[in-house]
Amino acid sequence: MQSDERFTDATWPASPEKATLEGKNKYLGFWLFLGGETVLFASLFATYLALKDKVPNGDAALAKDLFELPLTFVATMLLLTSSLTSVYAMYHMKNNHFKQMQAWLVITVALGFAFLGLEIYEFNHYVHEYHHTFTSSAFGSAFYTLVGFHGGHVAFGLMWIISLMVRNARRGLNLYNAPKFYVASLYWHFIDVVWVFIFTVVYLMGMVG
Amino acid sequence: MANEQSNSANPNVDLKYRRKKNAEEMKHQVISFTLMIFFTLIAFAAVGIEGFSHWFIKPVILLLAAVQVVFQLYYFMHMKHKGHGTIALFLFSGLAVGLITVLVFTTIVWL
Repeated sequence: MQSDERFTDATWPASPEKATLEGKNKYLGFWLFLGGETVLFASLFATYLALKDKVPNGDAALAKDLFELPLTFVATMLLLTSSLTSVYAMYHMKNNHFKQMQAWLVITVALGFAFLGLEIYEFNHYVHEYHHTFTSSAFGSAFYTLVGFHGGHVAFGLMWIISLMVRNARRGLNLYNAPKFYVASLYWHFIDVVWVFIFTVVYLMGMVG
Repeated sequence: MANEQSNSANPNVDLKYRRKKNAEEMKHQVISFTLMIFFTLIAFAAVGIEGFSHWFIKPVILLLAAVQVVFQLYYFMHMKHKGHGTIALFLFSGLAVGLITVLVFTTIVWL
């Protein structure tokens, strides 16, 4: 099977992301990478938990002074919804509907940018209102490293999906790019998995005290 | 890996079947998304509503997070499909190392 072969709806394979050897290997390799990412984020979580509220003096802001429920809630809804829209994109990919897939990816990217915008606003707010910076305390370093690393992943994921959409805009779907789109969507879900723990462990448990 | 190629003499029959299967799976995805939103709402409500002790809130929201992640992995990321043995081995090994790290850093480090 040629990877750049044109397909009709009827000849398009059921699992196009795994129909070629390259696709299969990419799929497995990417999951192994996600196993490594799990360890990376877990160690950042561990560092955060060990250094939470470790501040040099009584004036410095603690977790329960900083975090606000509404902002975290909106950010969570944005990212969770973007996870569903990327599932819709992959649903259309499996049905060989290129245009619909692109449309859902555009929505996913838009939600991702909204999330990133909120995070930038949030960090800016902490720095200017609470003087909670990367260097102000061990708590600050651990917080910005963990949440910022996640934000960096979101930014990278956005660039990744946008590049795929632009590069393949005229090519349409084939077995060469189907695994690429699929793997990018897996990455996007993984970002959401990490966020589920961040909003629970950092924000919600931070507010509880 | 689940990689069924068409064996049918009439690809259109096969196409119809696959479209139906894909649509059915999409329905499951939407259901799991609804549940995930529901769990998120409970977690935020548990923290937002005054009166619960933190001994109650913390385990509950952690449990809700774990359930949500299972939905993400098994439904959105398709780990429930066949052929994910190696993947599960690596992911759960990563998770085990990660959890031990978290456990160590929250119990026996001195700061």
